[in-house]
Amino acid sequence: MVLRSHKADYLKQSAKINLMDRREFFTLKRRAAAPSSKPYAGLRQIYAGLNAYAGTWTTKEVAHLLKRTMFGAKKEDIDYFLGMSPSQAVDVLLTVPTGLPAPPLKNYDNTDIDPADGDISVAAGTTWVNTVSADGTANGRRVESLKAWWVGTMINQDRSIRERMTLFWHNHFSTETATYERGTYGYRYSTLLRQSAVGNFKTLVKDVTQNIAMLRYLNGYLNTATAPDENYARELQELFTLGKENSPNYTEDDVYAAARVLTGWRIKEEDETIFFKPADHDKTSKTFSAFYNGTTIAGRSDEAGANAEIDDLLNMIFSKSVEVSEFIVKKLYTWFCYYTIDADTVTNVIKPLAQQFRDGGWEIKPVLATLLKSEHFFDVLNQGCLIKSPLEMIIMMMREFQVAIPDSSDYVNQYNMWEYLHSQAVVMQQSIADPPSVSGWPAYYQIPMFYEMWINHDTMPKRELFIDRLIVSGYTRNNIKLIIEPVEFTKKLFPLSATAPGDPNALINAAVDLLYRVPISDTLKASIKTSFLLSGQTQDYYWTNAWSAYIGAPGDMTTYNIVYTRLRDLYNYLMNLAEYQLA
Amino acid sequence: MKRRDFFKQTLPASVTLPAILNGFSVKAFTNASPLVQALMGATTDTDKVLVMIQLNGGNDGLNMVIPIDTYSAYYNARANIAIAQNKILALNGTSKTGLHPSMTGLQTLYNENKLAIVQAVGYPSPNFSHFRATDIWMTASDSNQVLNTGWIGRYLNVEFPNYPNGYPTAQMPDPLAIQIGSVSSLALQGPVSGMGMTISDPTTFYQFLDEIGDPVPVPPTPWGKELAYIRMIMGQTEKYGDAIRAAAQKVTSQGPYNSNNDLAQQLRIVARLVKGGLKTRVYMVSTGGFDTHSSQVEAADTTVGFHAKLMARVSDAIKSFMDDLKGLGVEDRVIGMTFSEFGRRIKSNSSLGTDHGAAAPVFVFGKNVRPGIIGTNPAIPNGVSSNANVVHQYDFRSIYASILKQWFCVNDTDLQTIMLQNFQNIPIAINTACGSTGVDDVIRGDGEQLVVNYPNPFVENTKITFNTKGGHTLVQVMDTMGRVIKTLTDKVYTSGTYTVTLEGYGLPVGVYYARFQNGSTQQVRPMLKTR
Repeated sequence: MVLRSHKADYLKQSAKINLMDRREFFTLKRRAAAPSSKPYAGLRQIYAGLNAYAGTWTTKEVAHLLKRTMFGAKKEDIDYFLGMSPSQAVDVLLTVPTGLPAPPLKNYDNTDIDPADGDISVAAGTTWVNTVSADGTANGRRVESLKAWWVGTMINQDRSIRERMTLFWHNHFSTETATYERGTYGYRYSTLLRQSAVGNFKTLVKDVTQNIAMLRYLNGYLNTATAPDENYARELQELFTLGKENSPNYTEDDVYAAARVLTGWRIKEEDETIFFKPADHDKTSKTFSAFYNGTTIAGRSDEAGANAEIDDLLNMIFSKSVEVSEFIVKKLYTWFCYYTIDADTVTNVIKPLAQQFRDGGWEIKPVLATLLKSEHFFDVLNQGCLIKSPLEMIIMMMREFQVAIPDSSDYVNQYNMWEYLHSQAVVMQQSIADPPSVSGWPAYYQIPMFYEMWINHDTMPKRELFIDRLIVSGYTRNNIKLIIEPVEFTKKLFPLSATAPGDPNALINAAVDLLYRVPISDTLKASIKTSFLLSGQTQDYYWTNAWSAYIGAPGDMTTYNIVYTRLRDLYNYLMNLAEYQLA
Repeated sequence: MKRRDFFKQTLPASVTLPAILNGFSVKAFTNASPLVQALMGATTDTDKVLVMIQLNGGNDGLNMVIPIDTYSAYYNARANIAIAQNKILALNGTSKTGLHPSMTGLQTLYNENKLAIVQAVGYPSPNFSHFRATDIWMTASDSNQVLNTGWIGRYLNVEFPNYPNGYPTAQMPDPLAIQIGSVSSLALQGPVSGMGMTISDPTTFYQFLDEIGDPVPVPPTPWGKELAYIRMIMGQTEKYGDAIRAAAQKVTSQGPYNSNNDLAQQLRIVARLVKGGLKTRVYMVSTGGFDTHSSQVEAADTTVGFHAKLMARVSDAIKSFMDDLKGLGVEDRVIGMTFSEFGRRIKSNSSLGTDHGAAAPVFVFGKNVRPGIIGTNPAIPNGVSSNANVVHQYDFRSIYASILKQWFCVNDTDLQTIMLQNFQNIPIAINTACGSTGVDDVIRGDGEQLVVNYPNPFVENTKITFNTKGGHTLVQVMDTMGRVIKTLTDKVYTSGTYTVTLEGYGLPVGVYYARFQNGSTQQVRPMLKTR
């Protein structure tokens, strides 16, 4: 039934397909002929594997790479990477900075905070991350500060994959401030992910196991020999390393045995250190199932011994190297490419990447390099099919339109704006530092919808309302306005020529190339031009004249307003179409 | 393909029929005509509504519906979180089972015959992962089976097979199902598309652009698929938005709901839309926080703490909802049920919490439910191990199937299509329109011992004797993880007492359960294998 209707749709569409981009048309036609019985095979028969991509290198391919590895493709970033080869561009993106962004600041006041609490000593405008606070009110504000800061850090990212990978790890090793509550824990967690963005996966698993936020979040700090708490032991295997689809797989008894290995680690809340309490550790030996070849981890009694038990546990889990490597590579694939992983992709992409991953001692960077430089990644069927998450949509919009936000010299208003953007992501169902559960966001695991989980009858209107607000009225607080400046954006589309935007066709093409990853028809472009730039007239020179008049008298509010309103409505329309939700 | 499906799919339901059916020209009739409906065997006409309440995180059923007859075993297994016996809320007509002290609202409903409690609901070989277990409950799959469609989605697809093509229609102008909130549910996923709408506020909607998409159709590529999906959601939001807003605006006065209770606020929207006249069949609401690994009670007083707040939230919300439905005059039309992806361990942990478990009770509420307690209190063996679980007496899919059959009048053929297997019919709901729904027996008295074993404890073998009243009878043996170890019999008997033998040679020592199922009756018997 499903297949038949797809086929019928395809036949209907083929009559009109001549309006599409030529390259995509030919690609599609050739591939649609491939026989297969899989549900989406007609949509997605990608033959390309991991050979280095050597095709055309234009705005389209660069925008694809940047929208998947950074938050959006600014015009100057596109031009910057156009000057390199695809391989060089990926190498630059994978060279992450060694330093950390400046830490979050105290952007809140002391009202209702216990006068004896440590937070009181933190001066406004300085960072709170090095000062322990036990006060609930203070921590509530710290968490808000952390979230705003995290959004700001993504907006102010450099030309690297670091922030997108930090978000990947956040989704993978999910924790929630709603549970661990302390701002400092969240900062330490976020810093670990950022520092490990393209590092060694096995090292990261060990570090996450002993990260204070995780220890708190999955109850490791309560895990006791007399009543083992399985929370972390389960997710370590199910969500963080092995996945749940292996056959055979770890057993419930393995969860229990791993929980016993992990007993005895405690949090000292006064100074926020982690310590080992020998009396709470299970010192007996732990034997695992046949899946782990009946491995026995000898029980030990002191801190070094308990630490060695964790190493033994991780060594045992990572000895299932095929399962671990394929699970993580599939997650990376779902994050950077698409959620349908058909048999050809498993053979041509997942398995060789997984092999590289385990042979390379669990280093992430080489695996990303192979994937992002590949013919497969740049295949036209891999482009434009990612539905932007709320944070991706919002932050891409801020960056691509280069929306002005106060800098750190006015941190109060800077954080206000970041906080607003965070609040908008929350209503669209993505709260940074508070994913819905330990499984992360459903868009990356929930069959069969995956990315489509982001879009429904409730969240889609909220996306549109946000878009409308950002370009029409703006968000105002404290007399600072957060708003898209369409005229400045238009000028930046044509860095070499102030008069070039006067060609309405070139302008629409440039805007569509930057904002969209999927083609629109010439019919629609023509209708957009007429409706917005020509105000219903038929001659292009009406727009050309309006733009010339503005360039000729930049301080004149009348000529400015003529181009401003038309450009505003043009971009508003482009962002209101469904195409804008894809990257 | 069935004949009625053929008509449903080929005729857009919103237009006057142009064709001849069985030799009658039916052009003169509108689609709403009973004759046309009869000829077409169209969608079942019903004003009944089902409300599904999801308790996210895995609810501790043993502290919600508390076994009084085995109180000491209950207490010994979880002394640090057990509810004091004198605090347990009593239920009319039984001294064996009571409710968490925060659930006064549900206690009232039970005593007014508006609440059914189904004991120990789960499925064989339970999964302890949140998302896998949630998927199992949403899709109604077997433990080891991955389905991409939800059970409600499959039901709605049988009723409205061509959806979303051509919808809304004159006959079904409203959303088929509504999820209150901002996250769509796998339960509403149909074979081709989502069958429901997701809304958080019925009074505001966004007006999308008139021209929702490029006039050129999307190609069959991944991006084409995603683009078509987003456009479909935009289009549906637009089309159904007016209907929902209009329904909401018809209702200007409702009963009181606690403004700090998120579940109550969601149910308030449901009551408003039901009263407002939406033909929507299924509503889904959800509330979270049930993953109580730690600090579910306060050490000083186990009747307060986090789980007590959750219990109050659920009970108060359902009570307010039922009162409101009554005040609005629509309580005849609505039943609801609660569910959670799993229950929790019998034994508590040292963090004043409970880890992921298996079966747990389900509430079914409404003026038209068959009230009472279905099943017996879960068997709690002495000296229970820390990974021992409540073994299921009732398969959750039996409840779904029973509701579809008894509340929505789904016939047996369709039921098989929707539920993918035959499930036991449990007497749960009363809808006279469905006629006799094949509930051929009543649940037997809860004192009647229908399955015993001897010897117990046993070393190698034990004889299991059961009393069947005839018909299909099943005896399974499960371990404490809920895994089916052996099926001792699974066939039709004439009424009487029979004996089968569990050959336990080679099984590890420990607790096992014999699960006896006969018609709508089930019992579980704990058995101990020793050296």
